[in-house]
Amino acid sequence: MPSKEIAGTTIDVNEEGFLTDRSQWNKDVAAALASEEGIELTDEHWKVIDFIESDYAEKQAIPGMRRMNKVGGIPTKDLYRLFPNGPIKKAARISGYPKPASCV
Amino acid sequence: MKKVLILGAGTAGTIMANTLSRKAGKDWKVTIIDQSEEHYYQPGFLFMPFGVYTEKDVVKPRRKYLPGRAEYRQAKIDRILPDENKVLLEGGREEPYDILIVSTGCDIAPDEVEGLTGADWRKKSHDFYTFEGARRLAAAMKDWKGGRLVINIAEMPIKCPVAPLEFAFLADWYLNKTGMRDKTEIVYTTPLSGAFTKPIASAILSHLLDEKQIKVVQDFSIGEVDNENHKILSWDQREVEYDLLVSVPPNMGSSVIDRSDMGDELNYVPTNRDTLQAKAADNIFVIGDATDLPTSKAGSVAHFEAEVLTENILAYMKGEEMEERFDGHANCFIESGNGKGFLLDFNYEQEPVPGHFPFPHVGPFKLLGESRINHLGKLAFKYVYWHMLLKGYPIPLVDHKMSYLGKKVPQKAG
Repeated sequence: MPSKEIAGTTIDVNEEGFLTDRSQWNKDVAAALASEEGIELTDEHWKVIDFIESDYAEKQAIPGMRRMNKVGGIPTKDLYRLFPNGPIKKAARISGYPKPASCV
Repeated sequence: MKKVLILGAGTAGTIMANTLSRKAGKDWKVTIIDQSEEHYYQPGFLFMPFGVYTEKDVVKPRRKYLPGRAEYRQAKIDRILPDENKVLLEGGREEPYDILIVSTGCDIAPDEVEGLTGADWRKKSHDFYTFEGARRLAAAMKDWKGGRLVINIAEMPIKCPVAPLEFAFLADWYLNKTGMRDKTEIVYTTPLSGAFTKPIASAILSHLLDEKQIKVVQDFSIGEVDNENHKILSWDQREVEYDLLVSVPPNMGSSVIDRSDMGDELNYVPTNRDTLQAKAADNIFVIGDATDLPTSKAGSVAHFEAEVLTENILAYMKGEEMEERFDGHANCFIESGNGKGFLLDFNYEQEPVPGHFPFPHVGPFKLLGESRINHLGKLAFKYVYWHMLLKGYPIPLVDHKMSYLGKKVPQKAG
């Protein structure tokens, strides 16, 4: 499993760059992961990350688009603007969570 | 006398009414409620657009499949009141219960996609998840003059997640037969990053799509249907034009669940994945498409769940521990066209892999491999469904617990 130096700490990631140990995550790590995606985190981004964090604590799963809309109050349009090309996957990675499990 | 109340007489509810009527004993009365008279064989909808099945094959009166000992009531359900152990029917009537089984299923929600129910709906755009949709699509396929046929999955999860792929394979087969394949471009648009949800099956099925020259547009999350210019638009500004749109709209649980405030964002009921008890109340159980469980929404799953749930409810009635565990087992035939098919067998933990089923090396069915007997198995399933499955009889050689026999599970490195 590769590990890498980012934002002054060492993090363990999988082949696709998702953190394998969330205890290594903090706000600076989030900002560094975001900048790898060409994203500069704003308050709007943090609203999404905060929601993922609280929802994950409750459900042990990354919320899908519909849950982000309905429960998190974040419109799909905004998600695509904030995290272009695959917003859920990108937001999950920046938030330090595993890649969202595909549903069945 | 105590009462088991079952909401919804689809596949899962009908099986439960049959098994509990046989096994619960004379202290228990079983009542089942549904709003309509007809029972649909939903796997048959897929075949209607291609003239393989007619309307007669897929619809029968519900009553015929329900046990004489159970009380059947045709009524619309308003809401469940879990704190009062009763269900409100439309018109104000109340049904009390000691045990409630929620088998209210799921349905398409085309209104959830902007423009989907616009001017093209039921004209140039259709679904095949409803009887009416499949009927209209059959007419559209018959009149097809060539052009671009676009299949779209709006969002996951959907009932029978392999059905859209099967539609693509069958369309290829059907259009070859009618001589229209050369004049037709088939485009498969999906929000997934591949053909299917599970990696090994996805790779094999992708290959088959390639072989059949079906174009795949992946990571396509539909935002809108433009009826005027006949195209679908994704949230990330991509567009695909269609001459015929075969849509799999978002699937949602029943509005009863929403009115009862018992569901998640898609009206699915949070359910214990092992015992099938609702998380909200001990005396409520959930089965079939109505659950939020991470397995397929499919008839085979409802059937396997019913075996587990029957045992658990019998234990619950006696005040004993519920010992049966559901493992997420699903067993799905996939039509691949030209009289052939695939078979997938999987559960919560084990994704579909190649092999033989149910006997190692012998089969007769091939797991994740194409064969004629798999196709015959799928067609035979209609008989099994009407005559055995709905009655709640075990299917020979197929246990509710998934078996690893005959499966070629790749060794994980490290």
